[in-house]
Amino acid sequence: MSTEIREREALFSSKNIKLLKNPLSLSNPITVQVLGICSALAVTAKLEPAIVMAISVTLVTAVSNVVISFLRNGIPPRIRIIVQLVVVATLVIVVDQILKAFVYDVSKQLSVFVGLIITNCIIMGRLEAFAMANKPWPSFLDGIGNGLGYGLILIIIAFFRELLGSGSIYGFHLIPESFYELGYKNNGLMILPPMALIVVGVIIWVQRYYTRDLIEKN
Amino acid sequence: MYSNGYIFRYAAIMVIIAAALLSTAAMLLKPFQERNVAIDKMGGILASAHIPDVTASNSIKLFNEFVTEEIVLDQNGEVVESYTEANKENAKAFSLDMKAELYKKSQGKPFELPLYVINKNGQSLYVIPVRGVGLWGPIWGNIALSSDLNTIVGVTFDHKGETPGLGAEISTAAFEDQFIGKTIFDNQGQFTSIMVIKGGIGKLPEDKRIHGVDAISGGTITSNGVNDMLKDVLETYLPYLQKHR
Repeated sequence: MSTEIREREALFSSKNIKLLKNPLSLSNPITVQVLGICSALAVTAKLEPAIVMAISVTLVTAVSNVVISFLRNGIPPRIRIIVQLVVVATLVIVVDQILKAFVYDVSKQLSVFVGLIITNCIIMGRLEAFAMANKPWPSFLDGIGNGLGYGLILIIIAFFRELLGSGSIYGFHLIPESFYELGYKNNGLMILPPMALIVVGVIIWVQRYYTRDLIEKN
Repeated sequence: MYSNGYIFRYAAIMVIIAAALLSTAAMLLKPFQERNVAIDKMGGILASAHIPDVTASNSIKLFNEFVTEEIVLDQNGEVVESYTEANKENAKAFSLDMKAELYKKSQGKPFELPLYVINKNGQSLYVIPVRGVGLWGPIWGNIALSSDLNTIVGVTFDHKGETPGLGAEISTAAFEDQFIGKTIFDNQGQFTSIMVIKGGIGKLPEDKRIHGVDAISGGTITSNGVNDMLKDVLETYLPYLQKHR
């Protein structure tokens, strides 16, 4: 009886929508769970690599969630972490090869960080916490949601860092020449990784100001 | 509970499937990747000569336009082949692999070297590709010499996986621009190469500063790699350079 009801559950039931939407705000991997910070600092000096990184991580999280979810009943628990790693590593290498073939410039900028998607805590975290215990479709949504939640923050950070650090957005110069003549200077600090951490801090602050539920009680 | 046999079979099948997937992907994407590497190589050669507005999409066109001659040298600095036809990509010089040629040299076997002549605003620039080792992997680049085969007009460096923020800084304009105007021979015509000095060129006597640049703080091994790469490769070209100065 109960299985029948579950099979009839709509593809975008409110429960499934939550899987997609929660990671964007209430359980955001970066600002709430504070995972994946290393790559968030490293690839956000410009918008373009940040967007490519966001897409890559979303793809890898979603697909690896689905694969692990399909395999979840057959994976021997003793080697489950190894199985997860093999799946993630395979996907990351494929993504890396595709970037090298079609967006070589971006692949050069991202350099080692594409390979480091393998070690991104968000992906392993979702596999262990969600995909090992849920069906493929919810796992897919969960992967997309978490990837987008990560990507959203990456893009916000990159927007401010590129605007203030290089005076451009997506490579286009926005700050007019006359500003520079009046003595305006690009803030070189914004290019450096520590400023990304401070921007993350500001985002967390703003989010908690508007979403009081996130504030710890004691 | 799963038996040990099941675990081993599971792992073996998983690894075989992953390997098959990866090798298929690598094979299918290889032609695209090699194309990108060739275009990147052209871009590097042009950028070292400060040809403006080089992008991935116009590299081939600009390469055909600005490169007037592609020369293959033998180990004695004699010109073996000089290619001046329109489609510069097909030249033997362009297909030479510096890594393989430098390896042949280290084995004492005969080798060949590429040299590119670029015509920029009526002036001939000579571009020498260089290759060496950094901290984590290979580093490479191009050096553009002016027609006196002594003064550096510009350089580009690139690397496989040097540490971002430290060794990887060799491929930034701040490091590369230091080389402009430096010379590789002293007043007596002795080969000096370009020294990459830890602690800054202020440490050198004043008359030697024209042959040195500042190393990168925190990137000592990569900086030393650049130093050795320049010395080794330019020395290999020395017979040609001395003959034509």
